[in-house]
Amino acid sequence: MNPLSAFLNARIWGRGASAINPGLVLATIVVFVVLCFASPYFLTTNNLLNVAKALVIVGIAAAGETVVIIAGGFDLSIGSTMAAAGMLAAYLLDSGSGVGPAFAAAILLGICIGMVNGTLIAYFRINPLITTLATLAIIRGLAFVISDGREIIITNKTWLSLGTGKWAGIPIIVLILVAVYLVFALIMPRTVFGRYVYAIGSNARAARLSGISTKRWQMAIYITCGATAALAGLMLAARTGNARPAAAMGFELDVITAVILGGASLKGGRGTILGTAIGLILLFMINNGLTLAQVPSFWQQVVKGFILLAAVLYDEIRSGRSDDG
Amino acid sequence: MMSIQPSNSDTNETGAATGARPPLIELSGITKSFGNVEALSGVDLQIGEAESVGIIGDNGAGKSTLVKVLSGVYPPTNGTIRFRGRDVRFNSPLDARRNGIEMIYQDLALCEDLDVAQNIFLGREIRKNLGPFKLLDRRAMSRAAAEEIANLGLDFDVEREVGMLSGGERQMVAVARALQFAPSALLMDEPTAALSAEKIRRLWELITDLKSRGVSILLVSHRFTDILSICDRIVVVRGGRIAGQMQPHEHPPAQTMAMMTEMMTGDRIMTEASA
Repeated sequence: MNPLSAFLNARIWGRGASAINPGLVLATIVVFVVLCFASPYFLTTNNLLNVAKALVIVGIAAAGETVVIIAGGFDLSIGSTMAAAGMLAAYLLDSGSGVGPAFAAAILLGICIGMVNGTLIAYFRINPLITTLATLAIIRGLAFVISDGREIIITNKTWLSLGTGKWAGIPIIVLILVAVYLVFALIMPRTVFGRYVYAIGSNARAARLSGISTKRWQMAIYITCGATAALAGLMLAARTGNARPAAAMGFELDVITAVILGGASLKGGRGTILGTAIGLILLFMINNGLTLAQVPSFWQQVVKGFILLAAVLYDEIRSGRSDDG
Repeated sequence: MMSIQPSNSDTNETGAATGARPPLIELSGITKSFGNVEALSGVDLQIGEAESVGIIGDNGAGKSTLVKVLSGVYPPTNGTIRFRGRDVRFNSPLDARRNGIEMIYQDLALCEDLDVAQNIFLGREIRKNLGPFKLLDRRAMSRAAAEEIANLGLDFDVEREVGMLSGGERQMVAVARALQFAPSALLMDEPTAALSAEKIRRLWELITDLKSRGVSILLVSHRFTDILSICDRIVVVRGGRIAGQMQPHEHPPAQTMAMMTEMMTGDRIMTEASA
């Protein structure tokens, strides 16, 4: 194995499919150090908390997307699910429902969307990209039709406090993100669900021949993604103080970029929740750096596109070399 | 001109060893269709306890379909499967596994991103209780997998990714996976395709050992030498039907080969023995 190949396939933590690649960690450290020197505002508590708050929403949705991508799937409908879940909870609260039932209904909506995606992909064998592109359009469209394009202002204090409140000096929303990642970090390596996600992504046929009901598990995988997207939608509404049918438009780009940057392979079978967390930090540090450098937001979009391309290319080169070696 | 009739010296009409105990597996009138194509047409076959049966046939003869019906990959279109004398229906590989029928697939069906132990226990994970939760007992699985690998006379780390192993090592992982759960029948589809001569010899030793422990073997191969070296009975499949059966050492090797070729192709072959 040549040195480049060895580096691309090396690991600094974890084994096999759940290894963390040193390239990702190195890139994160380099960006951090560069930003520390480039801007006096970067390494301040306020700025770092802002970065953390900004990445929370994308982060929660990215946890579910990581599971889908490791399983060899894809979910483009997360942004629409986020908007629909926020709208549903806001509508129910406006109609006199309590926060608990409204949140439960929103998460249930995410689960239902995941079930639809999972059914079409697992049982009707429709390509995940096309399926979730279609559900993206359908859900977003329905959110506009039902709300007539109007936003709902959130007045419920409990809900808003999730977006603005703090506990022991740490924003509650950040604690929710940490809790979500701890749960996934436990589930993925230690439960049958996690094991089958890797198995299905690595070789779905082998998983099926091993007696695993791959269709049912695929359904569970898309349901997980739908549920995390709905939770992310609730948190987004908590932060912005309103629920809009146009909310979270284009969030898919950030979510998928963070997941791929974190080392999940589009071919399936590889990736970790910790990798996604590092990918998120890297992506949002770059965003923050561009903002601090006063780069116009349109250009930030261009940079994000390039980062996604670079991450996919890195994955392609790495797996290509694995095949050769 | 030599005969291509099945040898019935100590077997019944479907070829299984006769005796008081029912055969381990009994297929009756098995048909498998894919759309308009009939891959198997009324196959009758019995496999006795601790018997090794070799299935041979040309490409597309239906031999792989036959083992896939037995392993639950393809539920039969018609016909019945009896296991230890009772009717069973294998709708999935899990059903076959529950009856102690293990299969080693031609492409091995391993997950390359998972490690050896994870592959061996895939679909049958050992779990431990942690309060209300059931978590994977990774240590127990690694230990058991390491023991199985050592029992096979092999020496490699069970926490290595399967994608990093050589072809022969992967083959042995597939064998270890099949043997981990003490099967009563082991089905193998072209098991020697990726093996060196040394590994093939090791595999034959394993099969002999398994037979002595009462495990029935069904070996699908297009290599005459594989079948001749290990099987008690040879079943030739042609056009989705059983073309004939014989015992490997009933005739001189050249004549056996000629008979098998005749059954496989349907053409008469002249040999010194038959001339």
